[in-house]
Amino acid sequence: MKVLFAVVWKDMIMELRSREMLSAMLVFALLVVLIFNFAFELDATTRANTASGVLWVTFAFAGTLGLNRSMAMEKDYACLDGLLMAPVDRSAIFFGKVLGNFIFMVIVELIVLPIFSVLYGINLFHQGFIFVVLLGSLGYIIVGSLLSSMTVQTRTRDILLPILLFPVAIPIFIAAVRASRAFLVGTEMVEVMPYLNLLIVYDIVFFAVAYMVFDFIVQE
Amino acid sequence: MIEIRRLVKRFGYKRVLRELDFYAEQGEFVAVLGPNGAGKTTLLRILSTLSRPESGEVKISGYRLPSQSTSVRKLLGVVSHQPLLYGDLSAIENLKFFGRMYAIENIQNRIEEVLSVVGLEQRATDLVRTYSRGMQQRLAIGRAILHDPIVLLLDEPHTGLDQDASEMLDQVLIDVASQGRTLVMTSHDLARSARLAWRFDILARGKIVASTTRAELEPDQLLQFYRQTLEVG
Repeated sequence: MKVLFAVVWKDMIMELRSREMLSAMLVFALLVVLIFNFAFELDATTRANTASGVLWVTFAFAGTLGLNRSMAMEKDYACLDGLLMAPVDRSAIFFGKVLGNFIFMVIVELIVLPIFSVLYGINLFHQGFIFVVLLGSLGYIIVGSLLSSMTVQTRTRDILLPILLFPVAIPIFIAAVRASRAFLVGTEMVEVMPYLNLLIVYDIVFFAVAYMVFDFIVQE
Repeated sequence: MIEIRRLVKRFGYKRVLRELDFYAEQGEFVAVLGPNGAGKTTLLRILSTLSRPESGEVKISGYRLPSQSTSVRKLLGVVSHQPLLYGDLSAIENLKFFGRMYAIENIQNRIEEVLSVVGLEQRATDLVRTYSRGMQQRLAIGRAILHDPIVLLLDEPHTGLDQDASEMLDQVLIDVASQGRTLVMTSHDLARSARLAWRFDILARGKIVASTTRAELEPDQLLQFYRQTLEVG
Protein backbone atom coordinates (compact mmCIF):
# COMPACT_ATOMS: atom_id res chain seq x y z
CA MET A 1 0.00 0.00 0.00
CA LYS A 2 2.91 2.36 0.77
CA VAL A 3 4.18 1.83 -2.76
CA LEU A 4 0.74 2.49 -4.22
CA PHE A 5 0.37 5.78 -2.34
CA ALA A 6 3.96 6.77 -3.13
CA VAL A 7 3.16 6.43 -6.85
CA VAL A 8 -0.03 8.46 -6.43
CA TRP A 9 1.82 11.16 -4.45
CA LYS A 10 4.46 11.39 -7.15
CA ASP A 11 1.86 11.72 -9.92
CA MET A 12 -0.07 14.38 -7.99
CA ILE A 13 3.03 16.52 -7.38
CA MET A 14 4.10 16.26 -11.01
CA GLU A 15 0.64 17.15 -12.26
CA LEU A 16 0.44 20.14 -9.90
CA ARG A 17 3.67 21.44 -11.42
CA SER A 18 3.11 20.64 -15.08
CA ARG A 19 -0.72 20.66 -15.34
CA GLU A 20 -0.34 18.83 -18.64
CA MET A 21 -2.85 16.07 -18.10
CA LEU A 22 -5.69 17.86 -16.34
CA SER A 23 -5.66 20.90 -18.59
CA ALA A 24 -5.72 18.76 -21.74
CA MET A 25 -8.51 16.55 -20.40
CA LEU A 26 -10.58 19.44 -19.13
CA VAL A 27 -10.32 21.62 -22.22
CA PHE A 28 -11.20 18.69 -24.44
CA ALA A 29 -14.12 17.63 -22.27
CA LEU A 30 -15.60 21.14 -22.07
CA LEU A 31 -15.18 21.58 -25.81
CA VAL A 32 -17.09 18.39 -26.53
CA VAL A 33 -19.87 19.36 -24.12
CA LEU A 34 -20.18 22.81 -25.68
CA ILE A 35 -20.19 21.51 -29.24
CA PHE A 36 -22.89 18.97 -28.49
CA ASN A 37 -24.90 21.65 -26.68
CA PHE A 38 -24.93 23.91 -29.73
CA ALA A 39 -25.26 21.08 -32.25
CA PHE A 40 -28.58 19.77 -31.01
CA GLU A 41 -31.74 21.60 -30.09
CA LEU A 42 -33.66 18.98 -28.19
CA ASP A 43 -36.73 18.83 -26.02
CA ALA A 44 -36.43 17.89 -22.36
CA THR A 45 -37.25 14.20 -22.82
CA THR A 46 -34.79 13.73 -25.67
CA ARG A 47 -32.12 15.57 -23.74
CA ALA A 48 -32.55 13.22 -20.80
CA ASN A 49 -32.31 10.26 -23.17
CA THR A 50 -29.19 11.47 -24.99
CA ALA A 51 -27.32 13.13 -22.14
CA SER A 52 -25.67 9.91 -20.96
CA GLY A 53 -24.33 9.16 -24.44
CA VAL A 54 -22.89 12.66 -24.80
CA LEU A 55 -21.29 12.44 -21.36
CA TRP A 56 -19.67 9.07 -21.97
CA VAL A 57 -18.27 10.19 -25.34
CA THR A 58 -16.75 13.13 -23.45
CA PHE A 59 -15.32 10.96 -20.68
CA ALA A 60 -13.99 8.33 -23.09
CA PHE A 61 -11.98 10.73 -25.19
CA ALA A 62 -10.84 12.91 -22.29
CA GLY A 63 -9.86 9.78 -20.38
CA THR A 64 -7.81 8.49 -23.31
CA LEU A 65 -5.89 11.78 -23.45
CA GLY A 66 -5.11 11.44 -19.77
CA LEU A 67 -4.06 7.79 -20.03
CA ASN A 68 -1.64 8.49 -22.87
CA ARG A 69 -0.09 11.37 -20.99
CA SER A 70 0.14 9.44 -17.71
CA MET A 71 2.22 6.63 -19.16
CA ALA A 72 4.19 8.93 -21.47
CA MET A 73 5.33 10.77 -18.35
CA GLU A 74 6.92 7.53 -17.13
CA LYS A 75 8.57 6.94 -20.47
CA ASP A 76 10.26 10.38 -20.39
CA TYR A 77 13.70 10.03 -18.85
CA ALA A 78 13.05 6.24 -18.86
CA CYS A 79 11.38 6.55 -15.45
CA LEU A 80 9.30 3.44 -16.06
CA ASP A 81 12.50 1.38 -15.93
CA GLY A 82 13.40 3.07 -12.66
CA LEU A 83 10.00 2.14 -11.23
CA LEU A 84 10.20 -1.44 -12.44
CA MET A 85 13.59 -1.96 -10.84
CA ALA A 86 12.21 -1.26 -7.37
CA PRO A 87 11.98 -4.35 -5.14
CA VAL A 88 8.21 -4.24 -4.89
CA ASP A 89 5.27 -6.14 -6.28
CA ARG A 90 4.87 -4.54 -9.70
CA SER A 91 1.10 -4.71 -9.50
CA ALA A 92 1.32 -2.13 -6.68
CA ILE A 93 3.00 0.22 -9.17
CA PHE A 94 0.25 -0.47 -11.69
CA PHE A 95 -2.58 0.14 -9.23
CA GLY A 96 -0.84 3.29 -8.03
CA LYS A 97 -1.02 4.56 -11.62
CA VAL A 98 -4.65 3.43 -11.85
CA LEU A 99 -5.57 5.29 -8.67
CA GLY A 100 -3.79 8.43 -9.87
CA ASN A 101 -5.49 8.28 -13.28
CA PHE A 102 -8.84 7.66 -11.60
CA ILE A 103 -8.41 10.71 -9.37
CA PHE A 104 -7.65 12.90 -12.39
CA MET A 105 -10.65 11.53 -14.23
CA VAL A 106 -12.90 12.23 -11.22
CA ILE A 107 -11.57 15.80 -10.99
CA VAL A 108 -12.50 16.36 -14.64
CA GLU A 109 -15.93 14.82 -14.06
CA LEU A 110 -16.50 17.01 -10.99
CA ILE A 111 -15.98 20.08 -13.19
CA VAL A 112 -17.77 18.85 -16.31
CA LEU A 113 -20.90 17.46 -14.66
CA PRO A 114 -22.17 20.75 -13.14
CA ILE A 115 -21.46 22.60 -16.39
CA PHE A 116 -23.23 19.92 -18.37
CA SER A 117 -26.10 20.00 -15.92
CA VAL A 118 -26.55 23.76 -16.44
CA LEU A 119 -26.14 23.71 -20.23
CA TYR A 120 -28.51 20.79 -20.75
CA GLY A 121 -30.95 21.69 -18.00
CA ILE A 122 -30.73 18.21 -16.48
CA ASN A 123 -30.17 17.38 -12.84
CA LEU A 124 -27.25 14.96 -12.86
CA PHE A 125 -26.76 14.85 -9.12
CA HIS A 126 -28.53 11.61 -8.59
CA GLN A 127 -26.91 9.01 -6.34
CA GLY A 128 -27.34 6.18 -8.80
CA PHE A 129 -26.03 8.25 -11.70
CA ILE A 130 -22.91 9.30 -9.77
CA PHE A 131 -22.34 5.66 -8.78
CA VAL A 132 -22.48 4.61 -12.43
CA VAL A 133 -20.09 7.38 -13.45
CA LEU A 134 -17.58 6.28 -10.81
CA LEU A 135 -17.93 2.58 -11.60
CA GLY A 136 -17.69 3.13 -15.33
CA SER A 137 -14.72 5.48 -14.99
CA LEU A 138 -12.91 2.99 -12.77
CA GLY A 139 -13.33 0.15 -15.26
CA TYR A 140 -12.27 2.37 -18.13
CA ILE A 141 -9.19 3.55 -16.25
CA ILE A 142 -8.17 0.00 -15.23
CA VAL A 143 -8.31 -1.40 -18.74
CA GLY A 144 -6.95 1.83 -20.23
CA SER A 145 -3.96 1.86 -17.88
CA LEU A 146 -3.22 -1.78 -18.73
CA LEU A 147 -3.32 -1.16 -22.47
CA SER A 148 -1.38 2.11 -22.23
CA SER A 149 1.42 0.28 -20.38
CA MET A 150 1.67 -1.86 -23.54
CA THR A 151 1.33 0.89 -26.12
CA VAL A 152 3.72 3.31 -24.36
CA GLN A 153 6.59 1.14 -25.62
CA THR A 154 5.64 1.80 -29.26
CA ARG A 155 6.24 4.77 -31.51
CA THR A 156 2.57 5.07 -32.44
CA ARG A 157 1.29 5.05 -28.87
CA ASP A 158 -1.05 8.05 -29.30
CA ILE A 159 -2.93 6.33 -32.13
CA LEU A 160 -2.59 2.76 -30.90
CA LEU A 161 -4.14 3.24 -27.47
CA PRO A 162 -7.60 4.33 -28.64
CA ILE A 163 -7.55 1.66 -31.39
CA LEU A 164 -6.94 -1.04 -28.79
CA LEU A 165 -8.93 0.49 -25.95
CA PHE A 166 -12.26 1.38 -27.50
CA PRO A 167 -13.22 -2.12 -28.70
CA VAL A 168 -12.24 -3.62 -25.34
CA ALA A 169 -14.19 -0.92 -23.51
CA ILE A 170 -17.42 -1.46 -25.49
CA PRO A 171 -19.10 -3.48 -22.72
CA ILE A 172 -18.40 -0.75 -20.21
CA PHE A 173 -19.66 1.96 -22.55
CA ILE A 174 -22.87 0.08 -23.24
CA ALA A 175 -23.48 -0.66 -19.58
CA ALA A 176 -22.51 2.84 -18.41
CA VAL A 177 -24.60 4.64 -21.02
CA ARG A 178 -27.67 2.45 -20.46
CA ALA A 179 -27.40 2.60 -16.66
CA SER A 180 -26.79 6.37 -16.67
CA ARG A 181 -29.77 6.94 -18.94
CA ALA A 182 -31.92 4.69 -16.81
CA PHE A 183 -31.16 6.75 -13.69
CA LEU A 184 -31.74 10.06 -15.52
CA VAL A 185 -35.12 9.09 -16.92
CA GLY A 186 -36.22 7.34 -13.71
CA THR A 187 -36.35 3.73 -14.87
CA GLU A 188 -37.14 1.00 -12.31
CA MET A 189 -34.12 -0.47 -10.49
CA VAL A 190 -34.92 -3.97 -11.72
CA GLU A 191 -34.23 -2.79 -15.29
CA VAL A 192 -31.01 -1.02 -14.30
CA MET A 193 -29.55 -3.97 -12.38
CA PRO A 194 -28.26 -5.96 -15.40
CA TYR A 195 -26.19 -2.95 -16.51
CA LEU A 196 -24.90 -2.32 -12.99
CA ASN A 197 -23.96 -5.98 -12.69
CA LEU A 198 -22.09 -5.79 -15.99
CA LEU A 199 -20.15 -2.77 -14.77
CA ILE A 200 -19.23 -4.45 -11.50
CA VAL A 201 -18.21 -7.72 -13.16
CA TYR A 202 -16.18 -5.88 -15.82
CA ASP A 203 -14.30 -3.92 -13.17
CA ILE A 204 -13.57 -7.04 -11.13
CA VAL A 205 -12.49 -9.10 -14.14
CA PHE A 206 -10.10 -6.48 -15.48
CA PHE A 207 -8.78 -5.75 -12.00
CA ALA A 208 -7.86 -9.43 -11.74
CA VAL A 209 -6.49 -9.59 -15.29
CA ALA A 210 -4.32 -6.53 -14.69
CA TYR A 211 -3.00 -7.97 -11.43
CA MET A 212 -2.02 -11.18 -13.23
CA VAL A 213 -0.51 -9.84 -16.44
CA PHE A 214 1.06 -6.45 -15.69
CA ASP A 215 4.43 -7.95 -14.78
CA PHE A 216 4.56 -9.87 -18.09
CA ILE A 217 3.49 -6.87 -20.11
CA VAL A 218 6.25 -4.58 -18.86
CA GLN A 219 9.08 -7.11 -18.91
CA GLU A 220 10.86 -7.72 -22.22
CA MET B 1 28.30 -12.55 -6.75
CA ILE B 2 27.09 -12.59 -10.38
CA GLU B 3 27.04 -15.91 -12.22
CA ILE B 4 25.70 -16.36 -15.72
CA ARG B 5 25.82 -19.67 -17.59
CA ARG B 6 24.73 -20.26 -21.17
CA LEU B 7 22.44 -17.22 -21.28
CA VAL B 8 20.33 -16.92 -24.40
CA LYS B 9 18.11 -13.99 -25.36
CA ARG B 10 16.27 -13.55 -28.59
CA PHE B 11 14.19 -10.67 -29.95
CA GLY B 12 11.99 -12.22 -32.58
CA TYR B 13 14.29 -14.27 -34.81
CA LYS B 14 17.39 -12.33 -33.83
CA ARG B 15 19.58 -14.03 -31.25
CA VAL B 16 21.21 -11.26 -29.24
CA LEU B 17 22.88 -13.31 -26.51
CA ARG B 18 24.21 -16.73 -27.52
CA GLU B 19 24.94 -18.97 -24.55
CA LEU B 20 26.81 -16.22 -22.82
CA ASP B 21 28.88 -17.01 -19.72
CA PHE B 22 29.79 -14.21 -17.32
CA TYR B 23 30.82 -13.87 -13.71
CA ALA B 24 31.80 -11.10 -11.33
CA GLU B 25 33.22 -11.58 -7.85
CA GLN B 26 32.22 -9.49 -4.88
CA GLY B 27 33.97 -6.11 -4.94
CA GLU B 28 35.10 -6.47 -8.56
CA PHE B 29 34.80 -3.64 -11.10
CA VAL B 30 34.20 -5.21 -14.52
CA ALA B 31 33.97 -3.26 -17.76
CA VAL B 32 32.03 -5.04 -20.51
CA LEU B 33 33.25 -3.69 -23.82
CA GLY B 34 32.03 -4.37 -27.30
CA PRO B 35 30.77 -2.93 -30.58
CA ASN B 36 27.25 -1.65 -31.13
CA GLY B 37 24.72 -4.46 -31.23
CA ALA B 38 26.95 -6.88 -29.33
CA GLY B 39 24.37 -7.36 -26.57
CA LYS B 40 25.83 -5.23 -23.76
CA THR B 41 22.62 -3.38 -22.94
CA THR B 42 20.59 -6.58 -23.26
CA LEU B 43 22.91 -8.26 -20.76
CA LEU B 44 22.48 -5.43 -18.29
CA ARG B 45 18.71 -5.31 -18.78
CA ILE B 46 18.51 -9.01 -17.91
CA LEU B 47 20.67 -8.51 -14.82
CA SER B 48 18.54 -5.55 -13.75
CA THR B 49 15.34 -7.71 -14.15
CA LEU B 50 13.90 -5.53 -16.91
CA SER B 51 14.22 -8.33 -19.43
CA ARG B 52 13.56 -12.02 -19.07
CA PRO B 53 16.27 -14.54 -20.05
CA GLU B 54 15.10 -17.04 -22.61
CA SER B 55 17.29 -19.83 -21.30
CA GLY B 56 20.39 -20.28 -19.22
CA GLU B 57 21.17 -19.65 -15.60
CA VAL B 58 21.47 -16.19 -14.07
CA LYS B 59 22.27 -15.80 -10.39
CA ILE B 60 23.05 -12.70 -8.36
CA SER B 61 24.26 -13.31 -4.82
CA GLY B 62 22.71 -16.77 -4.97
CA TYR B 63 19.27 -15.56 -6.12
CA ARG B 64 18.02 -16.83 -9.46
CA LEU B 65 16.51 -14.77 -12.21
CA PRO B 66 13.72 -14.44 -13.10
CA SER B 67 12.07 -16.46 -10.32
CA GLN B 68 13.62 -14.42 -7.46
CA SER B 69 13.55 -11.03 -9.18
CA THR B 70 12.18 -9.11 -6.20
CA SER B 71 15.00 -10.33 -3.94
CA VAL B 72 17.57 -9.50 -6.63
CA ARG B 73 16.25 -5.95 -7.06
CA LYS B 74 16.98 -5.18 -3.39
CA LEU B 75 20.66 -5.82 -4.11
CA LEU B 76 20.92 -3.84 -7.33
CA GLY B 77 21.50 -0.25 -8.22
CA VAL B 78 21.30 0.67 -11.90
CA VAL B 79 22.67 3.68 -13.75
CA SER B 80 21.65 3.94 -17.37
CA HIS B 81 22.62 6.45 -20.06
CA GLN B 82 19.18 7.91 -19.30
CA PRO B 83 18.81 9.34 -15.80
CA LEU B 84 15.68 7.38 -14.67
CA LEU B 85 14.59 10.49 -12.78
CA TYR B 86 11.43 12.59 -12.85
CA GLY B 87 12.13 15.97 -14.39
CA ASP B 88 9.28 17.74 -12.60
CA LEU B 89 10.48 16.64 -9.17
CA SER B 90 13.45 18.07 -7.31
CA ALA B 91 16.48 15.98 -6.35
CA ILE B 92 15.15 15.56 -2.81
CA GLU B 93 11.69 14.60 -4.06
CA ASN B 94 13.11 12.07 -6.49
CA LEU B 95 15.24 10.50 -3.78
CA LYS B 96 12.35 10.56 -1.31
CA PHE B 97 10.12 8.80 -3.85
CA PHE B 98 12.66 6.10 -4.62
CA GLY B 99 13.44 5.84 -0.93
CA ARG B 100 9.80 4.92 -0.33
CA MET B 101 9.93 2.41 -3.16
CA TYR B 102 12.96 0.78 -1.53
CA ALA B 103 11.48 1.08 1.99
CA ILE B 104 14.57 2.90 3.29
CA GLU B 105 14.54 3.84 6.97
CA ASN B 106 15.78 7.27 8.11
CA ILE B 107 15.31 8.42 4.56
CA GLN B 108 16.07 12.08 5.26
CA ASN B 109 19.54 11.30 6.67
CA ARG B 110 20.27 8.92 3.84
CA ILE B 111 19.25 11.53 1.24
CA GLU B 112 21.63 14.07 2.78
CA GLU B 113 24.44 11.52 2.74
CA VAL B 114 23.83 10.62 -0.89
CA LEU B 115 23.56 14.22 -2.05
CA SER B 116 26.88 14.88 -0.33
CA VAL B 117 28.52 11.88 -2.07
CA VAL B 118 27.40 13.09 -5.52
CA GLY B 119 28.04 16.76 -4.76
CA LEU B 120 24.51 18.10 -5.31
CA GLU B 121 23.65 19.54 -1.88
CA GLN B 122 23.44 23.08 -3.25
CA ARG B 123 20.89 22.14 -5.92
CA ALA B 124 18.86 19.69 -3.87
CA THR B 125 15.58 21.59 -4.11
CA ASP B 126 15.83 22.44 -7.82
CA LEU B 127 13.78 20.52 -10.36
CA VAL B 128 15.77 17.84 -12.16
CA ARG B 129 14.78 19.19 -15.56
CA THR B 130 16.83 22.32 -14.75
CA TYR B 131 19.96 20.22 -14.20
CA SER B 132 22.73 19.81 -16.74
CA ARG B 133 23.27 16.35 -18.19
CA GLY B 134 26.26 15.78 -15.89
CA MET B 135 24.29 16.74 -12.80
CA GLN B 136 21.47 14.43 -13.81
CA GLN B 137 23.90 11.54 -14.14
CA ARG B 138 25.40 12.28 -10.72
CA LEU B 139 21.93 12.32 -9.21
CA ALA B 140 21.18 9.10 -11.07
CA ILE B 141 24.13 7.52 -9.27
CA GLY B 142 22.75 8.93 -6.03
CA ARG B 143 19.42 7.27 -6.78
CA ALA B 144 21.20 4.02 -7.60
CA ILE B 145 23.15 3.88 -4.31
CA LEU B 146 20.37 5.25 -2.10
CA HIS B 147 19.40 1.82 -0.80
CA ASP B 148 23.05 0.78 -0.39
CA PRO B 149 23.09 -1.96 -3.04
CA ILE B 150 25.92 -4.45 -3.20
CA VAL B 151 25.86 -4.56 -7.01
CA LEU B 152 25.90 -1.53 -9.30
CA LEU B 153 25.09 -1.93 -12.99
CA LEU B 154 26.14 0.95 -15.25
CA ASP B 155 25.04 1.09 -18.87
CA GLU B 156 27.28 3.57 -20.71
CA PRO B 157 26.97 6.11 -17.90
CA HIS B 158 29.26 8.66 -19.58
CA THR B 159 27.03 9.08 -22.62
CA GLY B 160 26.46 12.74 -23.42
CA LEU B 161 28.77 14.06 -20.71
CA ASP B 162 31.48 16.64 -21.32
CA GLN B 163 35.03 16.17 -20.03
CA ASP B 164 34.50 17.87 -16.66
CA ALA B 165 31.25 16.05 -15.99
CA SER B 166 32.85 12.72 -16.98
CA GLU B 167 35.77 13.27 -14.61
CA MET B 168 33.37 14.16 -11.80
CA LEU B 169 31.39 11.02 -12.52
CA ASP B 170 34.60 8.96 -12.55
CA GLN B 171 35.48 10.20 -9.08
CA VAL B 172 32.06 9.23 -7.79
CA LEU B 173 32.40 5.77 -9.35
CA ILE B 174 35.87 5.30 -7.85
CA ASP B 175 34.53 6.26 -4.42
CA VAL B 176 31.57 3.91 -4.79
CA ALA B 177 33.80 1.06 -6.00
CA SER B 178 36.16 1.55 -3.08
CA GLN B 179 33.26 0.77 -0.72
CA GLY B 180 33.41 -2.89 -1.78
CA ARG B 181 30.47 -2.94 -4.18
CA THR B 182 30.50 -5.06 -7.31
CA LEU B 183 30.33 -2.85 -10.39
CA VAL B 184 29.55 -3.96 -13.94
CA MET B 185 29.87 -1.20 -16.50
CA THR B 186 29.28 -1.29 -20.24
CA SER B 187 31.11 1.29 -22.24
CA HIS B 188 32.46 2.37 -25.62
CA ASP B 189 35.14 4.48 -23.94
CA LEU B 190 38.13 2.15 -23.66
CA ALA B 191 40.50 4.74 -22.23
CA ARG B 192 38.11 5.63 -19.45
CA SER B 193 37.25 1.98 -18.75
CA ALA B 194 40.96 1.19 -18.53
CA ARG B 195 41.35 3.81 -15.78
CA LEU B 196 38.26 2.76 -13.81
CA ALA B 197 37.79 -0.99 -14.05
CA TRP B 198 39.99 -3.89 -12.94
CA ARG B 199 38.76 -6.48 -15.39
CA PHE B 200 37.74 -6.10 -19.03
CA ASP B 201 35.41 -8.51 -20.82
CA ILE B 202 34.95 -8.18 -24.56
CA LEU B 203 31.40 -8.99 -25.67
CA ALA B 204 30.93 -9.62 -29.36
CA ARG B 205 28.16 -11.36 -31.32
CA GLY B 206 26.33 -12.28 -28.13
CA LYS B 207 29.21 -13.91 -26.23
CA ILE B 208 32.14 -12.96 -24.03
CA VAL B 209 34.98 -13.68 -26.45
CA ALA B 210 37.92 -12.47 -24.37
CA SER B 211 38.74 -11.30 -20.90
CA THR B 212 41.77 -9.62 -19.35
CA THR B 213 42.65 -7.73 -16.20
CA ARG B 214 44.61 -4.63 -15.33
CA ALA B 215 47.31 -6.88 -13.90
CA GLU B 216 47.82 -8.53 -17.31
CA LEU B 217 47.55 -5.43 -19.47
CA GLU B 218 48.70 -1.83 -19.32
CA PRO B 219 45.83 0.65 -19.71
CA ASP B 220 47.21 1.95 -23.02
CA GLN B 221 47.25 -1.62 -24.40
CA LEU B 222 43.54 -2.17 -23.94
CA LEU B 223 42.61 -0.65 -27.29
CA GLN B 224 45.03 -2.97 -29.13
CA PHE B 225 43.73 -5.97 -27.20
CA TYR B 226 40.15 -4.97 -28.03
CA ARG B 227 40.84 -4.58 -31.76
CA GLN B 228 42.79 -7.82 -31.98
CA THR B 229 40.01 -9.70 -30.22
CA LEU B 230 37.36 -8.38 -32.58
CA GLU B 231 39.49 -9.09 -35.67
CA VAL B 232 40.10 -12.66 -34.59
CA GLY B 233 36.43 -13.18 -33.78
